[in-house]
Amino acid sequence: MWLIEVLGFGQKGWGGLLIAGAVMTLCVTIVALLIGAVVGTLVAWAKLSGGGVLRTLGNAYTTVFRGVPELLIIYLVYFGGSGAVTAIGRYLGYEGFLGLPSFAAGALAVGIISGAYQAEVYRGAFLAIPKGELEAAEAIGMHRGLRFRRIIAPQVLRFAIPGIGNVWQLSLKDSALVSVTGLADLMRTSQVAAGSTRQYFLFFIAGGCLYLILTSLSDRLFTRAERRANRSMPSSFGQA
Amino acid sequence: MVHEHSSDPSTATVNRLSVRNIRKKFGSLEVLRGISLEADDGDVISILGSSGSGKSTFLRCINLLEIADEGEIWVDGEHINMVKKHGKNMPASSKQVDHIRAELGMVFQSFNLWSHMTILQNVIEGPVHVLKRPRAECIAEAEALLEKVGIAEKRHAYPAHLSGGQQQRAAIARALAMRPKVMLFDEPTSALDPELVGEVLRVMRALAEEGMTMLVVTHEMNFARDVSNRVVFMREGQIDCTGAPPEMFSGESSPAFRQFIGNFRG
Ligand SMILES: Nc1ncnc2c1ncn2[C@@H]1O[C@H](COP(=O)(O)OP(=O)(O)OP(=O)(O)O)[C@@H](O)[C@H]1O
Ligand SMILES: [Mg+2]
Repeated sequence: MWLIEVLGFGQKGWGGLLIAGAVMTLCVTIVALLIGAVVGTLVAWAKLSGGGVLRTLGNAYTTVFRGVPELLIIYLVYFGGSGAVTAIGRYLGYEGFLGLPSFAAGALAVGIISGAYQAEVYRGAFLAIPKGELEAAEAIGMHRGLRFRRIIAPQVLRFAIPGIGNVWQLSLKDSALVSVTGLADLMRTSQVAAGSTRQYFLFFIAGGCLYLILTSLSDRLFTRAERRANRSMPSSFGQA
Repeated sequence: MVHEHSSDPSTATVNRLSVRNIRKKFGSLEVLRGISLEADDGDVISILGSSGSGKSTFLRCINLLEIADEGEIWVDGEHINMVKKHGKNMPASSKQVDHIRAELGMVFQSFNLWSHMTILQNVIEGPVHVLKRPRAECIAEAEALLEKVGIAEKRHAYPAHLSGGQQQRAAIARALAMRPKVMLFDEPTSALDPELVGEVLRVMRALAEEGMTMLVVTHEMNFARDVSNRVVFMREGQIDCTGAPPEMFSGESSPAFRQFIGNFRG
């Protein structure tokens, strides 16, 4: 009875807040994944385009943001960003500390990291497109934009789905670190609930279960997308 | 620029394809060392030669997948404009490049169908998106073409689910759907199991009989002898000898060519 009370949705229950935290985690991750998709596409393009300077910058990006601890990036974006905002505020005549909204800072930080991993996924996916298919597109008179839209983008997406599934899981777990900025995500809510009820074990298990539910549901979604995208592959590859 | 050559498209009848003195180097390797060729309407020209003699490079220079270092190309009377950039030959206009390519149908040894599209989607892709013709019209025409090459029942299948012979016939249909002025074939049957070669050659023979202008790089001696009206033998980046099949195959050719076909007989 007591268990239902603390985990439930009643007055003393933390259920509602935990669910809200899970939704917050989901939102941060989705926004981060989208930011990462834009960043990742640009970085992948820089790495593939061959130009010396661009390629070096692209390589530097993926090396740095995959190599530095996630927590450090989050601190950097949150406190660094807030510092910048405060400086701008002071310049405009406002005295005192101005914080970056923790949602925006968190999504941006996780997005920056996610972008480094997504860049590698897109690059690999591009390289998996048979070269002959690109030549056939040129040979039929497709200009660059048309080739990208009709031949490259659909195939990159197809080859990238499994990799993006992995990045999604990474980002989902990275988003837990955003709780250090005070954002009421699933991690933070579990922590608060655990602290105020002193039921540490219970609430961290509950939080862990919710994370598992999120990852396994999204996993299923990606598997289905992958199967759909592989309709055109030899049967040993896709549906089977 | 004035050309005094008798075949200059501006002074004589217009060739479907006219190539003059093409040269191409990869690094220090001279792959094409001055190749000239003319194809009139309905010509079927077989290009023979041993591996590495530059046959593929020649075809790829014609549709600008490679850019020749020197030489002139006309497609249906239209001169391909080149400029020198940093000492390298470059097409003057990418618009013209796309337009020329759309007029040349290319069939590759490895088919190169777009694997994420069905056969029908492959065939209508060019007409719909490059030529911007009405979709319904393109579908009707594509289905007729697939019927003609004998794979109409496969139109909703993906390339990976077809045999090599079927894929190559689909690739031919894809090229034909652009209503090309000239078809270029680069060893279209070399990647096929022996029992599938015939079905592709039959389609090509029918095309030749309809009067399509074709350049065919091939190792199929029977096709060269029976279907083409001209044989070109390439050797070390040059045209070693050329002529109508009866003369070429009856021994009035060069020693190198006699040795080359001897290897096939033997
Ligand atoms: N992109 C390239 N870069 C460097 N060398 C190349 C390139 N393409 C072709 N070559 C070289 O040019 C020469 C001619 O090649 P090409 O493919 O035109 O020969 P081919 O007559 O078609 O031979 P095959 O019968 O084997 O297809 C070969 O030595 C080849 O290694
Ligand atoms: Mg070749």
